[in-house]
Amino acid sequence: MPKYLLLKHYSGGPEPHHPFPPMDQWAPEDVEAHMAFLHSVAELLQANGEYVDGQALTPAQTWVRYGGPDAAPVTTDGPLPETNDLVAGWYMVDVESYERAVELAAYISSEPGPGGGPLYEWIDVREVMSGAPSDD
Amino acid sequence: MIDESTRRLDEGALRALVPRVLAGLVRRGEDFDAAEDALQEALLEALRVWPEHPPRDPRAWLATVATRRLVDARRSEAARHRREEETQAEPLPAATEEGDDTLFLLFCCCHPELAPASQVALALRAVGGLTTREIADAFYVPEATMAQRISRAKRTLRGRRLDQPGDLAVVLRVLYLVYTAGHAGRVDLAREAIRLARQLTLATEEPEARGLLALMLLNHARLPARFDSEGRIVTLDRQNRQLWDRREIAEGVRVLQSALAVERPGRYQVEAAIAALHDDAASAEETDWPQILAWYDDLVALSDDPVRQDPAAVLGRAVAVGHVVGAAAGLRETDRLREVIGERHRWHAVRGHLHELGDDLNAAAAAYAEAARLATNVAERDHLIRQAARARAAGLRSSA
Repeated sequence: MPKYLLLKHYSGGPEPHHPFPPMDQWAPEDVEAHMAFLHSVAELLQANGEYVDGQALTPAQTWVRYGGPDAAPVTTDGPLPETNDLVAGWYMVDVESYERAVELAAYISSEPGPGGGPLYEWIDVREVMSGAPSDD
Repeated sequence: MIDESTRRLDEGALRALVPRVLAGLVRRGEDFDAAEDALQEALLEALRVWPEHPPRDPRAWLATVATRRLVDARRSEAARHRREEETQAEPLPAATEEGDDTLFLLFCCCHPELAPASQVALALRAVGGLTTREIADAFYVPEATMAQRISRAKRTLRGRRLDQPGDLAVVLRVLYLVYTAGHAGRVDLAREAIRLARQLTLATEEPEARGLLALMLLNHARLPARFDSEGRIVTLDRQNRQLWDRREIAEGVRVLQSALAVERPGRYQVEAAIAALHDDAASAEETDWPQILAWYDDLVALSDDPVRQDPAAVLGRAVAVGHVVGAAAGLRETDRLREVIGERHRWHAVRGHLHELGDDLNAAAAAYAEAARLATNVAERDHLIRQAARARAAGLRSSA
């Protein structure tokens, strides 16, 4: 069974996300609906036996590279999340097929936003390389 | 065929023996590292053998089997390194330190050369008797990572003379770290920390050890009310107090009183006293804030420079000031902390609470939103977003 990483980004995908206000400015009932949906996604994946991992990342980002011999690492705080392609979190799923991974990603993208309508958030679907011999 | 309940019983009894047997081996002069490995093997052997052939004296059985493993290990080691010169061939003389084995072992595990994460892992394994797998699960890291962390910690201790009494303050801090590490994993670390703290109070008269146990009990008593059925955080002022564990509160208060009677106050005793006052209130409105503020004054007075050395105490005191004097006064108290913890989510969350107390809902919403942005715990982040949305909606309603 192939594993897929379903990545959520802060700012968008092939095109920017729909311009919704940040969640703390939604109506309280819309916040509840959104969080209940996320909760149900994890439960659904677990119940299906497809869940491997799910994590959220804080929006703070630091770029780091080797500074050279006897030099401190070079670090820079990344650009603001709004202007940068920043990973917000992921689900890792273990599924039957690529098609199933796409189906799940589309379902995750239907998460309710302000007013209850879908957020249409782009999900980045990446297959995890496996250590198993490929079947040819 | 062993049923699950017998197996669990055996494991519980086994775990209680771990620190005593291990301390015996280490006191005799065995290396901590080797002794711990040998005892783990003996424990596995016990789980296999005991159900069919229960020993007459389980502790002696474990000590004997572990000793046999140590001898075996030394023989094969000797065979491998026959040509190497052994500089430390003689085992260290047995330590003469008197006192309880648990305390002795906790001091070993909390050796100042170990990083806090290693101290915690080692204490859970050597004193708590948890398996590497269980500790790994509790901290959500792969088992191999935790195994490596533990074996590195043990290597650090190798060859050290573990006969000097360590710093009790470090031991207390490690236990508190275990307690706060969470209740979510398969292993209830909070319960484990309470068990260890209880053992510790039997081994030392130090009132801070009892203060720590009381603090844990008085906080743990509220756990059943701290999350709703959906896993959402419920803040103290909204908790259903019927769900609090009255028995645990009563024990916490008893332990705290016996500590305070010694009249050597310390931070854990003071924090426990504050927790007890919260536990004592029949409703949020009946909370005795003036007395809580008085205890916070004591807590802050324990540091020379509380803003830098103990900002959490100053922040807690600011909340009490907000309830006793008024929201604006509480906010002024938090201003002193801006430079030190102004980038931490808790600072913003407290300011949100104080703004709300002063009916400035828009400022509260902004502070909660900033706190959510800085939070590193998912449940807390979600809670803060809800608080922000709720305060904002209420602010819009009241200004409309």
